[in-house]
Amino acid sequence: MAGIVAYGGYVPRYRLNRGLVYGAMGWMNPANITNARGEKAVANFDEDSITMAVAAGIDALKGMDRNTVGGVYFASTSMPYKERLNAGIITAALGLNDQIRAADFSGGIKAGTTALLAALEGVAAKGVDNVLVTASDARLGKPASPQEMIFGDAAASLLVGSENVIAEFKGSFSTTYDFVDHYRGENAKYDRQWEDRWIRDVGFAQLVPEAVNGLLEKYGLAMTDFNKVVYPCHYGAARKGLNKKFGITPEMEQSNLQVEIGETGTPHSLVMFVKALEDAKPGDKILLVSFGSGCDALYFEVTENITKLAPRAAISGSLANRADLDNYTKYLIWRDIMPGDAGLRSEEDLWTRWSQLWRKRREVLGLWGTKCQACGTIQYPKQRICVNPDCGVPDKMDEYCFSDKVGKIASYTGDNLAASVNPPAIYGQVIFEEGGKYMFDFTDCDLDSLATGMPVVMSFRRKYTDKHRDIAGYFWKAVPKKEEA
Amino acid sequence: MADGIRDKVAILGMGCTKFGERWDCSGEDLMVESFLECLADAGIEKKEIQAAYLGVHIDEVNVGKAGTPLGSALKLPFIPITRTENFCATATEAFRAACYAVAAGAYDIVLALGVEKLKDTGYGGLPGGAAFGTEMFMRGSNATAPGLFAQLATAYSAKYDIPMSKIKDAIAHISAKSHYNGSLNPKAHLRKAVPEEAIKAAPMIAYPLGLFDCCGVSDGSAAAIVTTPEIAKSLKRNQDLIKVKALQISVSSGEEEIYTKWDGAHFATTRVAATKAYKEAGITNPREEVSMMEVHDCFSITEFVTMEDVHISPKGGAYEDVMSGFYDLNGQVPCQVDGGLKCFGHPIGASGLRMIYAMYEQLLERVPDERKVKNARFGLTHNLGGTPAKNVAAISIIGRD
Repeated sequence: MAGIVAYGGYVPRYRLNRGLVYGAMGWMNPANITNARGEKAVANFDEDSITMAVAAGIDALKGMDRNTVGGVYFASTSMPYKERLNAGIITAALGLNDQIRAADFSGGIKAGTTALLAALEGVAAKGVDNVLVTASDARLGKPASPQEMIFGDAAASLLVGSENVIAEFKGSFSTTYDFVDHYRGENAKYDRQWEDRWIRDVGFAQLVPEAVNGLLEKYGLAMTDFNKVVYPCHYGAARKGLNKKFGITPEMEQSNLQVEIGETGTPHSLVMFVKALEDAKPGDKILLVSFGSGCDALYFEVTENITKLAPRAAISGSLANRADLDNYTKYLIWRDIMPGDAGLRSEEDLWTRWSQLWRKRREVLGLWGTKCQACGTIQYPKQRICVNPDCGVPDKMDEYCFSDKVGKIASYTGDNLAASVNPPAIYGQVIFEEGGKYMFDFTDCDLDSLATGMPVVMSFRRKYTDKHRDIAGYFWKAVPKKEEA
Repeated sequence: MADGIRDKVAILGMGCTKFGERWDCSGEDLMVESFLECLADAGIEKKEIQAAYLGVHIDEVNVGKAGTPLGSALKLPFIPITRTENFCATATEAFRAACYAVAAGAYDIVLALGVEKLKDTGYGGLPGGAAFGTEMFMRGSNATAPGLFAQLATAYSAKYDIPMSKIKDAIAHISAKSHYNGSLNPKAHLRKAVPEEAIKAAPMIAYPLGLFDCCGVSDGSAAAIVTTPEIAKSLKRNQDLIKVKALQISVSSGEEEIYTKWDGAHFATTRVAATKAYKEAGITNPREEVSMMEVHDCFSITEFVTMEDVHISPKGGAYEDVMSGFYDLNGQVPCQVDGGLKCFGHPIGASGLRMIYAMYEQLLERVPDERKVKNARFGLTHNLGGTPAKNVAAISIIGRD
C-alpha cells in the first residue's frame, strides 16, 4: 500500500497585513483594494524556498528515523539554483543518507502534486520507499500588482511510503495544458499574469472540473463520497461557482487560507492538504486537486494510523507562531525589491569556495559534529582531537547531529555594527542540552525577548547572498523554542 | 632549567606617534615617526640595530606582509627583520621576540616596531575578512568585535547575578575614567572628557555596549629598542634602568569556544598569562605590588572583567573596585593612565608597544604631574586579541629597580 506516512508544514513567522501594502502602493493601483483583506505570510530576510522546504521537511520527519528516508523530491518555481540540485541541499540539511534519490520538480505550480504522484507511484512500484516530498515557494509580485497582495510564502512536506500509512493513495487523474495564466521567463524576478477574468472563467472554471470529473469517472466516484475537497483557487466568485457546481458543502471545503497565508504557488494544494490531514479522521476520503499548467487530481483514504502520528507544528502550529512585519519597506528590502544601503561593511567579498564546502558539507549543511568515543564529549564543529582537556584523545570520534537538538542561550547581543538587512544582528553562544557549544546567529526573534537560559532550536537559513557570483549560502541559526502545543 | 626573562633585558629607548585618524600619513610615515623618536631616545645610531621585529596585524588594508615594509620605510641595511602577528598582541609579540633575541645572546641591540594604518577602510570598526579562516564565511555568525565582546556582559550578569543596569554603571565609569585620562595626553586620539551620563545615553552599538564603550579605531605606530642591562647601563649612566620583568602569552585551546565549561564571563587566557607573569616577575601580591596598568580595553566590558582576570579584583568583585575609584588615575592601581585603547586609540599592530611606552614614560617620570603615577615601580600591560571565546592574551611587566 502506498500513501502518506507523515506530513509537515511551515509558514514563515512574519505576516504582512495587506492593508499596509495597500496603504503604501494603493495609490498606484486603487483596484487592488479588492485584494486588500487579511495578511500574507512572508519569508524572513534569511528564508527562501529551500529553507522553508527544509523546515517543513523537519516537521514531517518528526519522530522518524531519518536513515529510512529513500528520496527527496523538491517542488518549487522559486528555486535558488538553476544548476545545482536544490533537493541535494535539502537532503544534506535534513541529515539524510547520501545514497538516496533526489530530484527537483519545477516549471508549473502543479509541480507539487506531480512530485507527490511521482513519489506515490515510485513507492507503489516498489522502486523507492519513504520519499520526502517537500514543496515550497516564495514568489514575488511587483509593488502595486495584484500578485503582491495575493501571493504568500509557505511550504508543505509529505513523507510517502508503504508502511504505517496514514492516508492511502487510491488513484489520480492528470491533465496538462500550456495555459499561461502566470509565467516567469528565464530572467524574471516578478510574476506576470494574464487577465483575471480569463484565468477565472477558462482556467479554474473549466480545467478544474475536467480534472475532477476525470477522476470521478475513472474510479466511479461521486463528490458526495468525499469528506474533504482540497483545491486552490483564490478567486472568491470562482470558488463559489465550483463549490456549487460540485455540491461541495462548507464542511467539505478545505479553506484556501487566502486570508491567513496567501496563494503560495507550488506548495499551495499541499499546504491545504496538510491542513486537511490535521483535522482528518480514520475513514475520511480526501480529494486533492492542484492547478497550474493543467491539473492533478488525487484521492486518499485516511487510515487508523493517523491517530498515532507524533504531534507536530504542521500548518496550524506554524500559523499560530506569527509576528507582524509592520513595515512595508522592510519587506521590499528583504526581497531585494528596493535597494537599501547596509553600509560599506556589507560589500566585503565573501568567496564561496566549493571545494571547501564539499569537505565541510556535513558540518555546514547538516550541522554534524562529533562525539568522543573515549569520554563522550559532544563538540561542534567536528574535531580530530577531543576538546575536553581531561581527555584530548585523537581520532576517536563518532558523528553527532546537532540540527535536531535543543540548546540554551549562554550569552547574546544585538549588533548594530554588523552589516544586516535586519539590524541589529542578533547572535550568541548556545550550549546544547546534551553537550556542545557554538556561537550562532539568532533569527525569528527580537532582542528584547531574549534572556540567558532561554531554550532554542536550530533552523536552516540562508546565511549569505553573493550577488556578484549568484550564490545563496546556507547555515543554521538559533530560534527561540516555542512552547509545546 | 629555564627561569624566564626577568632582568635579562632593558629598554634603551622608545617612541610612539600621536594616535588618531592620521589621514595625512601612510603606514610608512607612521613607522618613521615612532622610529625617529625611539632612536633619539635610545641615543644610538641606526646602524647599531642588529635585528628588528615588525608587528602588523591587518592584511586587508595597511602596509602589507612580511618584514619588508619596515626595512624599506626605515632603510635598515639588510638586517634580519621578522614580522610578528598575533591579533591584538601583535606589537607585544614583536617586543617579546626582540627581548628574547637579546636574552638569547644572539644580538645586543634589537628594534621592535608596531604599526597599523587602519583608517583606509572607509567605515568604522575593524575590517572583516578571514581572521579565523575562510571556513567561517560558511559557519561563523554575522559578528563584529563589539557584539562578540558585548556578550561578556550578559554572561557575567547571569553568572554573578548582577543586574545589567549595574554593569552599565560600571562600564560607564570605566569609559569616563579613560576619557579623563586621555584628555590629559597630547598623543591620545580622543581628548575629550565625557561624563558618565552621556556615556550611558549614547547610541547602542551592540547591546549593552554604546558608542563610548568602544575604543577608538586609530592609525599609529610605537617602537622600542631593547638591549642587555649592561649595555643600557653603560649608555644611560644618569637614568633609571627600565628592565623587563615578565613577558607571557596564553592562547586559547579551543575549550572556551566549543567546550561547555567556560562561563563566557572571563578570559581563561588572561588568567593563565597573568599568573605566569607574576611568578616570572616575582610578584606575590599583585593588588599591592602592581603600580599601574594598561589593559586591553577594546571595550569597556573587556576592561571590567579583565580587572578580575589579572587577579587584582576578586572574582565577582570588579563592580565594587571600579565604582570605588580603585582604578582611577588617583586610585590605588591606576588603569589606562594614558587613556587606554578607549581614548589613546587602537591601531592593532602598535597597541602592545604603546602600552609599554605608557608604562616606560611613567617609570622614568617623564609625564607631567597631572597624570603622573606616584612612586611607580611595576607597570603591567595586557593585550587580548581575537574574541572572548578564542583569543591571545599577553601580559608584560616592566619595572624600575
